[in-house]
Amino acid sequence: MKKAILSGNEAIARGFIEAGGKLAAAYPGTPSTEVLETLSCEEGIHAEWSVNEKVALEVAIGGALSGVRSLACMKHVGVNVAADPLMTASYTGVNAGLVLFAADDPGMFSSQNEQDTRHFARLGKMPCIEPSDSAEAKEYIKAAFDLSESFDTPVILRTTTRISHCKSVVEVGIAEPRAGRGLARDFGKYVMLPNNAKKRHVFVEDRLLRLKEWAETSPLNQVIDGDTSLGFITSGISFQYVREAFPKAAVLKLGMTFPLPEKLIRKFASSVTKLAVVEELDPFLEEQIKAMGITIHLGKNVLPLAGEFSQRLVQEKISGSALKVNEPVSGLLVRPPTFCPGCSHRGLYTVLSKLKLYVSGDIGCYTLGALPPFSAMHTCICMGASISAAHGTAKGLALQGTQQKPVAVIGDSTFLHSGITGLINMIYNNGDAIVIIMNNDTTGMTGGQEHAGTGRSAKGTEAPRLDIAKLCQAIGVTRVREIDAYNIKDLEKTMKEELAAPGPSVLISNQPCVLRYRVSKKAYVVEKETCKGCKLCLKAGCIALSFTPEGKTGFVEIDPLLCNGCGVCSQLCTSGAMKNS
Amino acid sequence: MKTFNILISGVGGQGVLLTSKVIAEAALLSGLDVKQSEVHGMAQRGGSVLSQVRFGEKVFSPIVSEGEANLLIGFEPLETARYLHFLKDDGVVIYNTRPIGTIGVSIAAEKYPADINETIKARAKTVMPFDGTQLAVTAGDKRTLNLVLLGAALKFLPLKESAVLDAIKNTVPKKVLEINQRAFAAGRAQGK
Repeated sequence: MKKAILSGNEAIARGFIEAGGKLAAAYPGTPSTEVLETLSCEEGIHAEWSVNEKVALEVAIGGALSGVRSLACMKHVGVNVAADPLMTASYTGVNAGLVLFAADDPGMFSSQNEQDTRHFARLGKMPCIEPSDSAEAKEYIKAAFDLSESFDTPVILRTTTRISHCKSVVEVGIAEPRAGRGLARDFGKYVMLPNNAKKRHVFVEDRLLRLKEWAETSPLNQVIDGDTSLGFITSGISFQYVREAFPKAAVLKLGMTFPLPEKLIRKFASSVTKLAVVEELDPFLEEQIKAMGITIHLGKNVLPLAGEFSQRLVQEKISGSALKVNEPVSGLLVRPPTFCPGCSHRGLYTVLSKLKLYVSGDIGCYTLGALPPFSAMHTCICMGASISAAHGTAKGLALQGTQQKPVAVIGDSTFLHSGITGLINMIYNNGDAIVIIMNNDTTGMTGGQEHAGTGRSAKGTEAPRLDIAKLCQAIGVTRVREIDAYNIKDLEKTMKEELAAPGPSVLISNQPCVLRYRVSKKAYVVEKETCKGCKLCLKAGCIALSFTPEGKTGFVEIDPLLCNGCGVCSQLCTSGAMKNS
Repeated sequence: MKTFNILISGVGGQGVLLTSKVIAEAALLSGLDVKQSEVHGMAQRGGSVLSQVRFGEKVFSPIVSEGEANLLIGFEPLETARYLHFLKDDGVVIYNTRPIGTIGVSIAAEKYPADINETIKARAKTVMPFDGTQLAVTAGDKRTLNLVLLGAALKFLPLKESAVLDAIKNTVPKKVLEINQRAFAAGRAQGK
């Protein structure tokens, strides 16, 4: 068999192919995105970017009912969006296998919260499976489909960032041929009217008991013999940290973290003198094990609830003694993320910042407008919240006697994901806010995926292109205007007009993402002798700019290797020192 | 062999990931176990990025802890200094001396540290600083900085040169292979 280095996500995609999977639907979200990206290159598989995670899961449910193994992929917060179909899919069960892949983000490398997806498995009374490296990721998704079909249940395959985005050695196998099962029709099973659902709930409770029994002897749960003076129960990436920090210790590695094998856990616990439970985020295993009446000596009493672990952290916290530290170099400047040179968001935020408007934000690259030097975003909650929250804010302010138009900023992909409903709501409820849709023709933050507005499918083939302006008009917005986010003067004028106009408006910027579309314009240069050192251009907040405090006034320079020639800084220059001809 | 730990740091967008990808592939071709960790998403937008590669007989954790790194490859001075405490006492630092300002520097709210090169020198026994960006531009594209730095790091890697060269062929897209091989050779000459 061929060996390859695959990320956990690539391995999951590979495992799906080997398991004879046929249909995959996802909405992009770090750290989950690469599963669908990998599958989109695969012939014989329908891989799609759905408009949001709820839709993706429903598409996968439909696929499973039609008779093909189906997968829905999303990040942890996406499961919140998909929770509605997920809870009832547990009742209906499946026909062909159905797996929900959810990637959690301990340490929040690129997320708005640190929630623990395993709770959804418990809430929905369905199995949760957690691989600890790429090789397991590939095998576990196959096991997840087998489990789904033999127990008639959706299965959650849960990873964390360090599983999804770490690469390790995988033996690539062959795809097993798998005939479709054909469409399932069963009124009592698939139509969740109360009378049917009542019966299915009983089935779900019984299924959970049978799953518990299966877990006792499942190869997914393994005991690694070793020193029993301190034994560990762990799963996922924490298993690797435990093995690294305590290589000789006895370990019960749980590949299935819900439901738990009580007898196996009891036996392991009684075989060790002291028991440690090591898991990132919530004490999900710990609380269930404690509820069995088993004593846990070391767990969340020493390990943190927030952030990700490392072998060093596990060693220090469990042993209770600090390891030798090399102090980091002190006083180093921090380097927060920022807009790419040439990004159209820069022009928009230059204006929003100047006008000191209240901005209701959303999830995407444009969330970076909340950071200095712009500091021009005042809330960011979840996908699609910008418009609905702006509407609520305007109403709330009006109730307090303040007439102020909030601004909502949302990207194209996020607007299609869940901004549309907020806009419909605002128009229907006589709202009054300015909605700015920054359409850069891609799903930017996650690396540039297609969506219903790009005119291309996940596979790169031509697809119907949704017209955002027309959609807004159809919703009932009377003031829909196109803006050029690079033209600061015009943008400021437009904003002032819309602030003065009664009623809501939608402003749409149509400028391609410079990263996704590799836009590269000629760099600007500063004429040192003309530059007055006034620093007005620095308000553009671009890393290509720097100020040198030499001579009488000092001067600005532009790094030719970083500048992308967007010209936003040059529009801020009042002395004409910035040239690109 | 004992696990060999490498940190590769830089600014989002500099192409840090390709360097670690090539090293990991070279380790695989050498019959070793290897794990590689990287950061996607928001940090890639001009933030501080770190990729980690560990290879040896058997590797458990994909991340390198403080005091464990044998080699630190820095794409930018400030981002090199940020991870110096991860180095072993005899760890080696190879880094590109061309600075990229933080957003705070760009808006003149803070100053890029003038003594950054001295700071790095003071914290490691073996330090190889050079203008890798210039070598990359000369090779034909600033984005080949990753292969320039890899070339310079070659003599500190416990891997055969042939494995690294094969890994480059397996990893770098065909269209840009030649220019990347040129960049690698330029880096290797610098490292000698």
